[in-house]
Amino acid sequence: MMTKITAETAKENKPYYTALLELLLQLADDDFILAYRGSEWLGLAPHIEEDVAFSSISQDTMGHAAIYYQLLEELGAGNSDALAHERKAEHRKNAVILEEANGTGTYLEEPRYDWAFAVVRNYFYALHKKIKLESLKQSSYEPLSNAAVKINMELYYHLMHWETWFTQLTLSEGEARTRMSAGIQKVWKDFEGVLTLGSLGDEMAKHGLIEGEELLKQRFYARIQPVLEAVRHPMPIPCGMQSGNGRIGEHTKDLDEALLTLTEVYRSSPSAVW
Amino acid sequence: MAETAAREMESKIREVLQTVKDPEIDSVSVLELGMVEEIVFKEGAAMMKLLPTFMGCPALEIIKKNIESAVLLLPEVERAEAVFIYDPPWTSDRVTPEGREKLKEFGIAPPPEFTEDGKWTVDCPYCGSKYTTMENIFGPAACRSILYCKSCKNPFEAMKPISNLM
Repeated sequence: MMTKITAETAKENKPYYTALLELLLQLADDDFILAYRGSEWLGLAPHIEEDVAFSSISQDTMGHAAIYYQLLEELGAGNSDALAHERKAEHRKNAVILEEANGTGTYLEEPRYDWAFAVVRNYFYALHKKIKLESLKQSSYEPLSNAAVKINMELYYHLMHWETWFTQLTLSEGEARTRMSAGIQKVWKDFEGVLTLGSLGDEMAKHGLIEGEELLKQRFYARIQPVLEAVRHPMPIPCGMQSGNGRIGEHTKDLDEALLTLTEVYRSSPSAVW
Repeated sequence: MAETAAREMESKIREVLQTVKDPEIDSVSVLELGMVEEIVFKEGAAMMKLLPTFMGCPALEIIKKNIESAVLLLPEVERAEAVFIYDPPWTSDRVTPEGREKLKEFGIAPPPEFTEDGKWTVDCPYCGSKYTTMENIFGPAACRSILYCKSCKNPFEAMKPISNLM
């Protein structure tokens, strides 16, 4: 049993601290941007019950991002609101596939969003998040392992929700199947960006913050492969990272546009309390 | 002596917390929801450790402020601070028997208990029937689901079950 590390002791150990900050930023930024993309579906989901469900999931996910930013604040990495709102795109660690726009148009003008893409992206993400959280529950950084236990309980319902949509739509005939197939291809060619822990991955594992990247990937593939076979849509392993590596600050114009929109209210009055 | 006085103050604070209700369900107190993990009183300072029900719940900040202002009304309390902690995690079995009854009065079914095989059922808070269907596991608030009673034909909400088994 490893000794549990607190914020105070983490700050005294430079390599540990650096790896921890990197991991927390990845976790926070991933949840943050996907929750934002989810919130853009409000009022546009296929039916009213889905509107309620998806917005509730997005609210939970934004809550998860908030707790990671809070953990960063406790470690002296900056104010949590500022971390969420003031960092430029090139300092964001989120995977590129999570920032990609929901479809063509904008929320206010001609939003032609792609539901198949939303289902695939959210399902693959929830599945990977489950595997990561199971590992984080054993993290040497105690505040993180506590948060993981809590977040994991909420994720249970998210995963169930997206798995249902994914399986039913992909097993449908006609347009649903065609669009789901396109969604799977699209997410798969960039999902490596979600699975990677970046250049400090080995450091994170060494310090017991999370298990090694390769091990987590194996678990992800072992979990997703039977699902893809069950819907008769196997995919070649590994997946790709064609649109850039978000962990090192590579991003697309979609992130710039998202940041411009989501920080608009914050920028109008940074000191306001909500 | 000081030790006894502090314990007395803590139970006084506990009584005050019984008056702090969930902002969205005003019949149920934060104590009855099982959100209060620990109360510490020391030299005029009251510290309440709370467990958030759901991480993204927008009512959390309001609850924190309401608790602090209510406790500050006690003449012995000079400073009051409520903080959220995550260990232990809040689980739906923390809702007290009184809390479960008050939820029903409000028209919300209390969180169901898990059976050994991991299954659960929700009884209608109005007529008590087990003949209910889940309309949406996600509801108008992070902690609630939407159900329908096929017996008395009422839609109703239920507290979402959250457990360590998940």
